[in-house]
Amino acid sequence: MSIQVDHVTKRFGAFAVLNDVSLHVQDGELVALLGPSGCGKTTLLRILAGLERPDQGRIFLHGTEVTDRRITERRVGFVFQHYALFRHMTVAENVAFGLTVQPRVQRPSAARIQEKVCELLTLVQLQAMAGRYPSQLSGGQRQRVALARALAVEPKLLLLDEPFGALDAKVRKELRRWLRRLHDEVHITGILVTHDQEEALEVADRVVVMHQGNVEQIGTPDEVYERPASPFVCQFLGDVNVFHGRAVQERNVADLPPLPDEKRVTTVGVVGEHEVTFVRPHDLEVHRSRTHPSQLEATVRYVLTAGSRVWIELSTQDSMQAIEVELTKERYRELDLREGEIVFVHPRHRQVFKIPQS
Amino acid sequence: MNAVTIIADKDLQWKESLTTESVFVRRSLIAAAFLYLTLFLFIPLAAVFAEALKGGILAYVGSFLNEDALAAIRLTLLVASVVVPLNALFGVAAAWVIAKFDFVGKQILITLIDMPLAVSPVISGLIYVLLFGLQGWFGPWLADHDIKILFALPGIVLATIFVTVPFVVRELIPLMQSQGREEEEAAITLGASGWQMFTRVTLPNIKWSLLYGVILCNARAMGEFGAVSVVSGHIRGLTNTMPLHVEILYNEYNAVSAFAVASLLTLLAVVTLAVKAIVERKAHFPTIVADPISNVQTGSIR
Repeated sequence: MSIQVDHVTKRFGAFAVLNDVSLHVQDGELVALLGPSGCGKTTLLRILAGLERPDQGRIFLHGTEVTDRRITERRVGFVFQHYALFRHMTVAENVAFGLTVQPRVQRPSAARIQEKVCELLTLVQLQAMAGRYPSQLSGGQRQRVALARALAVEPKLLLLDEPFGALDAKVRKELRRWLRRLHDEVHITGILVTHDQEEALEVADRVVVMHQGNVEQIGTPDEVYERPASPFVCQFLGDVNVFHGRAVQERNVADLPPLPDEKRVTTVGVVGEHEVTFVRPHDLEVHRSRTHPSQLEATVRYVLTAGSRVWIELSTQDSMQAIEVELTKERYRELDLREGEIVFVHPRHRQVFKIPQS
Repeated sequence: MNAVTIIADKDLQWKESLTTESVFVRRSLIAAAFLYLTLFLFIPLAAVFAEALKGGILAYVGSFLNEDALAAIRLTLLVASVVVPLNALFGVAAAWVIAKFDFVGKQILITLIDMPLAVSPVISGLIYVLLFGLQGWFGPWLADHDIKILFALPGIVLATIFVTVPFVVRELIPLMQSQGREEEEAAITLGASGWQMFTRVTLPNIKWSLLYGVILCNARAMGEFGAVSVVSGHIRGLTNTMPLHVEILYNEYNAVSAFAVASLLTLLAVVTLAVKAIVERKAHFPTIVADPISNVQTGSIR
């Protein structure tokens, strides 16, 4: 089911949680709403489900306007952040709920319901837990029950609110890969709310980056990561080093000088304008000796080894700005760096944004 | 696995010895508590039954088997059977509104619900005299239309409702607040109607607290003296409830009958407390009662 969000605004008191948000999701897509807490992503999800009503704007599901339709008419599956399982019902009863509340004419027979519950529990790998109560399950198991329960009514659209937020790192990773596979199996349009950029980039077909009630960028995970549309997107998606500068001679000369072989044209805007340059820690190349005149000279401050990666904190010679560099272990061994040593760095890739003058 | 468990147990014992009092202190405190309860609760209770049975079992039974006593018992049961369901209904509705929605005047509503607990029951009764008495606000109008509220069943019911309003609501509000709205929202997104949501999600989640509130409400409704005393008019065989009947008998120096009827009220209290204790146990361990085996299993998985 395709979704069209058309200029939706939602205020709580004087505060605009959503500010003229528009969005289109294609049939069968899995889209992540990504942003820091308070950016309006959960409110947008609740508006899609019909749990909240927009102050302005319209919602279309599959081409039909549903802005004023009741939740029950929308055929939307909603998975709550804290699962919201019915605590007095067993796992099987929870999953069957959506079927047993259907009007008598539509309701499947008891045997059919049982069969369906069994199928769904197999799908989420919880057949053995059918008779348990939610309080007797682990977080990851509860999450899967919540998913099975939402899928039982065969929704056209599945909305997931921070589905893995309350789980530990390992279970999180397993579950989100499992969700991706599940999505590829059942082919249902899905919208997932998350504040975890790694989760969004890994699971979703497209990512909607939100900030303070506005949509900052919509694109595939590669697009938003490689070509961020705004400084916020760039900073929110992973670690970055930030360099402030001023355009001189139609060229960006932030603290970090450009390289002749750099593909990107660094001319952004007018001479004299403020610019900000973002370079990801793994996009910095480190050498022991100067290989190019425009390289930046820096001192090694700290070296941190974390698993397969090595983090190095440098500080520039002239402005003492801290720069974070991520190296592979091999490269680190090759360089054999010690704290206090002098190195030369240059970016392989970077993002330049001009800052509007105020 | 076994070795690990033993170490854990030892750990636990060691911690316990650090955090709890010595055996001597513990036993003295327990003894003091029992002594206190015996002196102030058990002996008076025992005295009620001793006094009631002083004239022998025949006199005891005879105390109930007269017109006035039976009328009082009937009236008390009638009042409770009207008041308790009304307060249960109102209690669920008010608690639901207060716990799950934000609205202007919510704090005022909560304060109003608490008021009967703060006001002396006699004052509660006097409020109705002020409203419906012959010199009261609506008294003349009621007299013109030949409607009797004061010194009749409606007055007794109204006064009892007033006094017992807080019991169900106050039991439910904290529970419903802690449960939040998510389960109900989940039910709605799964296609449940408002009524299905209420009967299949809301009500099961609050049933033990509701029952507990109803028990307390019932105990108070049957035992209320002050407010009812003011509005009833003490007409024998007509507007005397059991507590009022006890008072009249006592004032007539009919100690055996007075204590016999009192013992009936006491028995009611004891039964209520017993039911309450059972309900409390169920309310605290619903899942364990429902499914003890799998609970043990998850214990080891966690």
